[in-house]
Amino acid sequence: MTSYNDFVIRFANVNGSGSASANGMFAKALFRMGIPVASRNIFPSNIQGLPTWFEVRISEEEYFGRRSEVDIMVAMNAETFEQDVASLRSGGYLLYDSTKGRDPKLARDDVVPIGVPISRLILSEFTDPKQRQLFKNIVYLGVLTSLLNIDFSVITNMVSTQYKGKDELIQPNIHALEIGRSYAQNYLDCPLPIQVRHSERLGDRIFIDGNEAAALGAIYGGATICAWYPITPSTSMAEAYEKHASKLRVDPDTSENKFAIIQAEDELAALGIVIGAGWNGARAFTATSGPGISLMTEFLGLAYFAEIPAVLFDIQRAGPSTGMPTRTQQADLLAAAYASHGDTKHPLLFPSSPRECFDFAASAFDFADRLQTPILVMSDLDLGMNEITSEALEWDDSRKYDRGKVLGADDLDKMEVFGRYLDVDGDGIGYRTLPGTHPSKGSFFTRGTSRDEYATYTEDPDAYSKNMDRLLSKWETAKTLLPAAEIHSEERRAGIIYYGTTTTPMSECLALLDEQGIELDTMRIRAFPFGPEVVEFIDNHEIVFMVEQNRDAQMKMLMTNELDLLPSSIQSILYYGGMSISADFIVDEVLSYYQTNNIPRIKVVSS
Amino acid sequence: MTFVAKPKVHHPLLQFNEIGLTRRDYEGAVSTLCAGCGHDSVSAAVAIACNELAIPPHRFAKISGIGCSSKTPSYFLGASHGFNSVHGRMPSVATGANLANHELHCIGVSGDGDSASIGVGQFAHIVRRKVNMLYIVDNNGTYGLTKGQFSATNDRGSTSKRGVPNLYSPIDLVSMALQIGASFVARSFSGDKQQLVPLIKAAIMHKGFAFIDVISPCVMFNNHNGSTKSYQYVREHTASMVDAQLVMPHEQIEIEYAPGTLKEVDMPDGSVLRLRKISESYDPHDRVGALNHVQRAQEQGDVITGLLYVDPIASDIHEVLETPTAPLNQLGEAELCPGSEALTAVNAGFR
Repeated sequence: MTSYNDFVIRFANVNGSGSASANGMFAKALFRMGIPVASRNIFPSNIQGLPTWFEVRISEEEYFGRRSEVDIMVAMNAETFEQDVASLRSGGYLLYDSTKGRDPKLARDDVVPIGVPISRLILSEFTDPKQRQLFKNIVYLGVLTSLLNIDFSVITNMVSTQYKGKDELIQPNIHALEIGRSYAQNYLDCPLPIQVRHSERLGDRIFIDGNEAAALGAIYGGATICAWYPITPSTSMAEAYEKHASKLRVDPDTSENKFAIIQAEDELAALGIVIGAGWNGARAFTATSGPGISLMTEFLGLAYFAEIPAVLFDIQRAGPSTGMPTRTQQADLLAAAYASHGDTKHPLLFPSSPRECFDFAASAFDFADRLQTPILVMSDLDLGMNEITSEALEWDDSRKYDRGKVLGADDLDKMEVFGRYLDVDGDGIGYRTLPGTHPSKGSFFTRGTSRDEYATYTEDPDAYSKNMDRLLSKWETAKTLLPAAEIHSEERRAGIIYYGTTTTPMSECLALLDEQGIELDTMRIRAFPFGPEVVEFIDNHEIVFMVEQNRDAQMKMLMTNELDLLPSSIQSILYYGGMSISADFIVDEVLSYYQTNNIPRIKVVSS
Repeated sequence: MTFVAKPKVHHPLLQFNEIGLTRRDYEGAVSTLCAGCGHDSVSAAVAIACNELAIPPHRFAKISGIGCSSKTPSYFLGASHGFNSVHGRMPSVATGANLANHELHCIGVSGDGDSASIGVGQFAHIVRRKVNMLYIVDNNGTYGLTKGQFSATNDRGSTSKRGVPNLYSPIDLVSMALQIGASFVARSFSGDKQQLVPLIKAAIMHKGFAFIDVISPCVMFNNHNGSTKSYQYVREHTASMVDAQLVMPHEQIEIEYAPGTLKEVDMPDGSVLRLRKISESYDPHDRVGALNHVQRAQEQGDVITGLLYVDPIASDIHEVLETPTAPLNQLGEAELCPGSEALTAVNAGFR
């Protein structure tokens, strides 16, 4: 039986061998055939010589989560060959270089071996050793076009576009593709029973990673200053900001840059620059990861207490400490939410798709200006660095930036008294002024020490407490402003909560559970602090699961702490191995909870 | 750090500057530092310099770190915004503030603990970044607010109030600034207003990163016989190299007291910096020479003061980054948001 547009293929390569561009081309070609795809790069913290994998999930159903077993393995790394063979599902296909014969480690008789003498084919056609290495990747791509029935013209067009301007590279690449393609046609059974075909499902959607989308969101949201320090997996966001700003933010008449990028000396300085700029009225951001957040906690406390807008993107990776720098986790929630000493807390946003990275990035600057506080956008490596099918980016041209409560010279002229930290409107947010606004009114001293409503230093207990209480009142205002949780409820007995990239496998997970007679209501958390709908959802469900990618159930901790819940009111499903969580894992955990607790699989409970 | 507002009474003898303001308009709150603290003299010198330059006080942005020195922005330019940030991090905050609005004159005040220890990394990197600002270090060789521990600028062998000698080598911020590429480097003494005020004026008008290390004795913890940063020691060991006087094009001020040659330095803003050399051989445009001079003097236990190095055609971070004439913080949606049509093209690039 032939299946279409529904499989997982994994490429096992050595990093630094040029495989990334060939593999990327494979994923993009399928996308261009209109097929929903998600890619995952599983790479080492290393530049050259270590194992790396690239995985593509092709799914007409739009199931984009990782799956532990793969259907097709392109095994190009001798070092990991054994492990790669083992990861194939029974009945899967193994494409390997058969130049040196069949590897004795290929000990499984329940998989289909597809040997192609790739090195030998290359040897006679190319003389340059570097080309021989690079074109191995292109040859297997050619083989796959035949095996999977990929539209060959889509690939050749991509090669032509990719090497536009370096025309001498186009022909050899296409030649290498044809070598693989014709070998497969002549010697292999093509196409395989799992294959692809043109699809109409994509519509106007795009293939993009979260970091690039977030960078575009920062540009659209009016960020003019990016200060950063290189750290995986956030680096590509700062680089994408630079790439796109250089096109979208350059004055056509004067060639001046309407943006400034500073690669700072460390993460401390990066956030210091952002805070200095925010204090002076420019929209500024930094992109970092867990270790950077640790270093930034001092400044986060200052910005919280001195009430200065700032936007941080935390592209989370596996901790603690240096942890697994190239693996994904959602393990910075507590560090980010309560960053810094003293009573501090910070609003967090949890995007779950590239489109939402764009939207939340743009909105984060409005929230920061309105709330006069740092906003942390909590993405992760899986979302940030992997291209996935996403809704197209949209912008409403009538949208205006919310610059928050900033007084100009005219406002000050009309005022009798200006108090920077006076709660004039009862929402906990004072009015601020920018340096240089007025010759005699509105200047104040910003400090990390305690002060009264007029920004004057004080150690008076009442003035201190009043200020701390006003910050709590501002926290309440934040709840009304930030994106509410997304809830799908049919008043079922059990519900499942997720956020960020635990969203990715959820549609598949719910479908699999449905087959098992378990139906779940869902709630996707989009921001911290939580709105009233979050408590309501938990209160209204007898069983509540929470899916997270960290060991200590950090979102659950935030909820039980902030919402005064009993810890037993939420059942944690925790994956923290550093790969992205799969639907199978969640399904197994839910099923085992039902079994252990003898819960009947009733679909709907009428109340 | 108690706040005491200074009463504003106009004395009939107070002189008005070109924009109709007096010295009092450039002052801040009453200082809460110890009586006789060198830092107060530095604050006063800043106020005098800004008054003489006749720049509206609210067009300054004052930024500091943590420590006695970092409290001082409260005590001058009361009509301008100030930001007392965190320990050793003034340089990054100042960088951000300057990026957001290059039209404001940025004054950063730091101390030797703030800049030579916890903030030594940020100090080095703001020099590299060419932020257009005046960076003052009130250098007293001690941690005043925590009651007298040695700082990293303290000379080896110098003793604490209790007579304990410092065992470690000092960090010389002037040499660091010269070596890393600051385009204006000076050193002065808090008790020498005649030298300090013109240096501050020149530094404010300099386009690029201007650093002034001001030896400023701590009367409580570092003004005793064993200290190399006491009033007495510095007065006895100062070898003044150069007197700097900023001369605005419309108001030529001659230096009356200093003998020797006169050197004119053209500043990018059109003003002329006139340098009176005490030593015939000293060239304030020679970075390597300045470095040698400072270090040789240091070996002899002398403190070189004056304008040690200036690059009159220096550039700043905004030139490097090619930012617009309008400050970045004044750009709105029209200038910043590329709009939906551009986004359609962006989307097409991801298909």
